[in-house]
Amino acid sequence: MAEIHNYTINFGPQHPAAHGVLRLILEMDGETVVRADPHVGLLHRATEKLAESKPFNQSIGYMDRLDYVSMMCNEHGYVMAIEKLLGAEVPLRAQYIRVMFDEITRILNHLMWIGTHGLDIGAMTMFLYAFREREDLMDMYEAVSGARMHATYYRVGGVARDLPEVMPRYERSKWHDEDDVKRMNANREGSLLDFIHDFTERFPACVDEYETLLTENRIWRQRTVGIGTVSPERALQLGFTGPMLRGSGVEWDLRKKQPYEVYDRLDFDIPVGVNGDCYDRYLVRIEEMRQANRIIRQCVDWLRDNPGPVMVDDHKIAAPPREAMKAGMEGLIHHFKLFSEGYQVPEGEAYAAVEHPKGEFGIYLLSDGANKPYRLKIRAPGFAHLSAMDEMVRGHMLADVVAVIGTQDIVFGEIDR
Amino acid sequence: MIELAYTVTAWMPGWMQAIAIILMKISLLMMPLLLGVAYLTFAERKIIGYMQVRVGPNRVGPRGWLQPIADSLKLMFKEIVIPSSANRFLFLLSPLLAFAPALAAWAVIPFDDHLVIADINAGLLYVLAITSLGVYGIILAGWASNSKYAFLGAIRSGAQMVSYEIAMGFALVGVIMAAGSLNLGQIVQAQATGLGLFSWFWLPLLPLFVIYFISGVAETNRAPFDVAEGESEIVAGFHVDYSGMAFAVFFLAEYANMILIAALASLLFLGGWLSPFDGLPVLGPLFDWVPGIVWMLAKMSFFLLLFLWLRATFPRYRYDQIMRLGWKVFIPLTLVWIMVTGVLVVGEVGPWFGHGEG
Repeated sequence: MAEIHNYTINFGPQHPAAHGVLRLILEMDGETVVRADPHVGLLHRATEKLAESKPFNQSIGYMDRLDYVSMMCNEHGYVMAIEKLLGAEVPLRAQYIRVMFDEITRILNHLMWIGTHGLDIGAMTMFLYAFREREDLMDMYEAVSGARMHATYYRVGGVARDLPEVMPRYERSKWHDEDDVKRMNANREGSLLDFIHDFTERFPACVDEYETLLTENRIWRQRTVGIGTVSPERALQLGFTGPMLRGSGVEWDLRKKQPYEVYDRLDFDIPVGVNGDCYDRYLVRIEEMRQANRIIRQCVDWLRDNPGPVMVDDHKIAAPPREAMKAGMEGLIHHFKLFSEGYQVPEGEAYAAVEHPKGEFGIYLLSDGANKPYRLKIRAPGFAHLSAMDEMVRGHMLADVVAVIGTQDIVFGEIDR
Repeated sequence: MIELAYTVTAWMPGWMQAIAIILMKISLLMMPLLLGVAYLTFAERKIIGYMQVRVGPNRVGPRGWLQPIADSLKLMFKEIVIPSSANRFLFLLSPLLAFAPALAAWAVIPFDDHLVIADINAGLLYVLAITSLGVYGIILAGWASNSKYAFLGAIRSGAQMVSYEIAMGFALVGVIMAAGSLNLGQIVQAQATGLGLFSWFWLPLLPLFVIYFISGVAETNRAPFDVAEGESEIVAGFHVDYSGMAFAVFFLAEYANMILIAALASLLFLGGWLSPFDGLPVLGPLFDWVPGIVWMLAKMSFFLLLFLWLRATFPRYRYDQIMRLGWKVFIPLTLVWIMVTGVLVVGEVGPWFGHGEG
């Protein structure tokens, strides 16, 4: 009798479902996966090492590029760690702005996730629906920071600038006549807050739209129910965080358990799953989008009523206003020192974690009192999730591997760092 | 029309004339068919585009109308890369094996009363036989490429097409019983019982109709049954190593098959070229002037729209789930409904079976 061997296939790094540069070595028995071996490192950019060589503020931009679909949340973890060491007190308005943009980022991330997860399982339309809303969120990023993705908006001691009073508008072009432009600018007439407010009004209906396509869809359920099941105990042992952990039924959310910024003043719920399979994680993330929408709404209302500073009034760590720099010697010195040498952070270590859309994103910072970190360690949630890949797909079929990659919401920027 | 062809070719000896006439007929069918395939791709991109809140191709030519031409030109001038470890002969043969049956099946498809290339008695049997040959092209393509992805795709598609052929065949058995004939023209005539669209077979054979169409989607490897291509799992499946014209031929075969399934579904269940208002009061005479081929094309377009709609709406089935659906749901269902059809035919239940056949 012929000897039957399992065969291995090389899934990625150039694979349409590998979410970037994931390389999986799959040992297959027919269509069934016997072993999955994820390889990492193809997107390694030495972020941690780079951070050791430059003043603290100059690394904020690198944080955007870690998990490049939830940019501001990465910045948040980083600036929080520095603030912890400095003992800086962030103005309340800046905290609200940060929370609001954290939640905008959460929606941004989950929209990307639902789009690619849908695409992986073959629901092509999902992707374009999700990107329609993402466009508006990107515009919010752009309005506040000038960049659609890599914002570098959070700064140590606050945020870079206050929310703009006017929303950038479309202009007439070869393709859009006066009427088009008027229609497209309809919700951009007021300030950024008005635009965000308008978005929070529209967004729940959009989520309903996604749910119409997927939640009760038989094929979607057949493809996700019972796939990649993780028990709550195992999820904890594997170091899962975020929706991956909550999908298994563990109610753990840093925003509730270790509230940072103003989360303890806001009203929102934490959705948890029951079975810990792809479908439950899908439901958890869908509900998180709705909850994020709720939080954004509360922040918008508060921010409208409460103007104030958005940066600490300490020019050792915050840049002085432009006028002060141009007109006064002291301002000029502050400006020069800040943008060349930076600031010294007292000796010590700090760990700051935020509830990132993907899980617990932590920054462990070790300072020796210089203007650069002595060591920076990034705790990326995706890394722990990816390491469970083998366990989650073993015994499933090839098509389920794709579903599991989708449900883990992997982004290689943060895993490879 | 046909007389004109005979007069033009009158100078030829008899055998040559026959061949010339046949060739004329074939080209008369092939040209619109290939054009139809080209513009089906355009329609697909436009329609799915609008379903997905975008506009689709609109840059080549006015409103993008020349897009399919540009695409085919591009594919024609691209290099056909043959992987070094591939079996060259089979690698190049398999696209043809996939494409030829997709075209050959059209020989027996009538577009109007007697507007058909070969009006043979066992027309339906011929279609079944020819379309099942298409799977060879796909399996050989997967094998000849010598790539694991392609091979997986080929195995999947082989298994899928073979399984769904059974459900499809059973669905056709119901139609054959109801019509009492294997000739497609006569099957359509059997549906003309004077009640307009209610006299067609879709009503008494509703489950078979639905199963036939779904099996047709599975047969052509279209979404949500496109595991053979399985874009996100096995990249492109059996044609992952094909490029240029070799790929285009597979592509053409897939779309020609789609149109074929649409044509068959309208012939077998929606009364082919019959007017939906035929025999109804008021509306019947009102639409009498519309030529049959228009109805036929309209019905085909409807089914093609369904193909595209499904693609825009549904996620992809997993391979084993497709098998389960085919074997455990469709085959038993069709078997049961064949029994029911038998009873209906024997009991001469009107208006469909009251005219003394079977």
